[in-house]
Amino acid sequence: MSILVDKNTRLLVQGITGNEGLFHTEQMVDYGTNVVAGTSPGKGGEWVLDGKIPVFDSVKFAVEATGANASVVFVPARFAPDAIFESADAGIPLIVCITEGIPVQDMMRVRNYLDQRGARLVGPNCPGLLTPGEAKVGIIPGNIAIPGIVGVVSRSGTLTYEVLYALMEVGLGASTCVGIGGDPINGTSFIDCLGMFEADPHTEKVVLIGEIGGTDEEKAAEFIADQMTKPVVAFIAGQTAPPGKRMGHAGAIVEGGSGLAADKIKALEAVGVRVARHPEEIAGLLL
Amino acid sequence: MKLHEYQSKQIFSKYSIPIPSGQVAATASEAKQIAAELGGRVVIKSQVLVGGRGKAGGIRLAKNPQEAQELATQILAMDIKGLPVRKVLVDEAASIETEIYLGVTNDRAARKPVMMASSAGGVDIEEVARTSPEKIARVHIDPLLGLRDYQTRDLAYGIDLPREQWRAFGQIAHGLWQAYKDCDANLAEINPLVITAEKHLLAVDGKMVIDDNALFRHPDLAEMRDLDEEAGAETEARKYGLSFIKLDGQIGCMVNGAGLAMATMDIIKLFGGEPANFLDIGGGASSDKVAAALRIILADPNVKVVLINIFGGITRCDEVARGIVTALQEVKVQAPMVVRLVGTNAEEGRQILANARMVTADTLAGAAQQAIQAAQRG
Repeated sequence: MSILVDKNTRLLVQGITGNEGLFHTEQMVDYGTNVVAGTSPGKGGEWVLDGKIPVFDSVKFAVEATGANASVVFVPARFAPDAIFESADAGIPLIVCITEGIPVQDMMRVRNYLDQRGARLVGPNCPGLLTPGEAKVGIIPGNIAIPGIVGVVSRSGTLTYEVLYALMEVGLGASTCVGIGGDPINGTSFIDCLGMFEADPHTEKVVLIGEIGGTDEEKAAEFIADQMTKPVVAFIAGQTAPPGKRMGHAGAIVEGGSGLAADKIKALEAVGVRVARHPEEIAGLLL
Repeated sequence: MKLHEYQSKQIFSKYSIPIPSGQVAATASEAKQIAAELGGRVVIKSQVLVGGRGKAGGIRLAKNPQEAQELATQILAMDIKGLPVRKVLVDEAASIETEIYLGVTNDRAARKPVMMASSAGGVDIEEVARTSPEKIARVHIDPLLGLRDYQTRDLAYGIDLPREQWRAFGQIAHGLWQAYKDCDANLAEINPLVITAEKHLLAVDGKMVIDDNALFRHPDLAEMRDLDEEAGAETEARKYGLSFIKLDGQIGCMVNGAGLAMATMDIIKLFGGEPANFLDIGGGASSDKVAAALRIILADPNVKVVLINIFGGITRCDEVARGIVTALQEVKVQAPMVVRLVGTNAEEGRQILANARMVTADTLAGAAQQAIQAAQRG
């Protein structure tokens, strides 16, 4: 079992004819994800991957023809907000945006609009989701995780892969892994995922991978104290990051004394979350 | 990207926010000439992209053009927090009665812009937030609707602004919101916004920070970038699509992915070492990116050892290893290197590196400890 994506996911790929879109579509299809359609404005009527997947001019046409119920966005940053609006307006309930570099003010408009529409966005600037054995939506490598009982939620990409791989090496599998992305304004928060993992009967333990910047980890700590019964193990990256500098991710910055790793670790430990000192300790804390 | 005070105020002025008459000077004689044209008292303000210019002596009042020239000479010779002063702004001195604060920025937690006003102007707003939070009034702005008139009145009321100033304050608040929105700013602030002896509102100091990710639609703003703002190596890294931040330690780091790069720095520190940098080479770790990253890391004379930490996912570890070996044919590295590969085909990758006589590690903890030992020997 899983959260957000599974074998019933009927996936639409926005930007399917671009380099990234096409490459990762093939990876997702090879993994067994049910990719039903793609969009690329002006290329409607074409087919990709040896005629396996139809391309549409608009999300609306794609949904009407294929019943797509989730979308993954591989559109460049300057066009990505429009792609997200298009999916939301076409009634797609789950939109996963991989794109990095979307302006913050665009994201504030996107987020506030989607909240009104009731659509869920995961990302942007994220690796997407993986429900091992069922569906891979985004760019998380498929061969680094096995099905299992651990829910993983993370603001990072390769750091998450590292953790999934380490879990697999000790025989632990994941229910679902959600990359919520490294931007300051995103669609899905730690709390959203913790709530879903708590409700998912097949998730028994949760790994939370946070980093400097913002206060989402502190809010997660409050949520864990108030509403979680399942054990949570955490890791927070960026203890040595200098203040005022963006550490690669647009959202990974300590500003005005807020967003420090030490504060996040303290908040999580205060509610009984075991916080690993480095990523290789995580698997051990779950056993 | 931070804008200088004079750049920010020029933008504010386009949005009908009143600013003092003034001009920028790069030499003391220019400063004297501007002061003469303005007549009367002027303020000489260093234009550097750090806070605390006043405390550092970088903002001085001159009574006449001759004094303006003398003070400009002094200020243009200064370094403020390591940044050389290359320009000064010569502004007409205002007769200040009251100083307030007005700013708009992104509120991450609320996922909306927030406009803040404070009766304690002229001091750092974060300082006010710590010491006397009751002096700050806030309104959250719906990004789809924009700033509403009543919200500007709420702010004015919240800081006990005299009623006769509400209208002018409202216009300035709207101008500031529009400047923030149109320029894709992360921050637009007027500090202080003063009430003059003549009861006029005047934006005496201004600051804007522009969202780097939005510069593609603001070529005019992108041209304003002051390269003094960041270390040369950071600019160089950006050309290659690398994300680099210099630190003070001896262990150079090259990692794919920002989170993993931070975790690598942290583990070095955890085991008693000091990282020399943050460096994210991105997902693929191709040989040309590895070569560029090595050149940037090794340009730092403090670096005694290089730690490479790569997770091979879709780009497999054997491909990454070949990329590293190719890069090393191009860049000659004297410093010892420790490479840790993990993920898809890690075993094959390590074998390729071992054949090239490189030190490999199975675990991140092991790699960090090996790098620290090498740094202590070197």
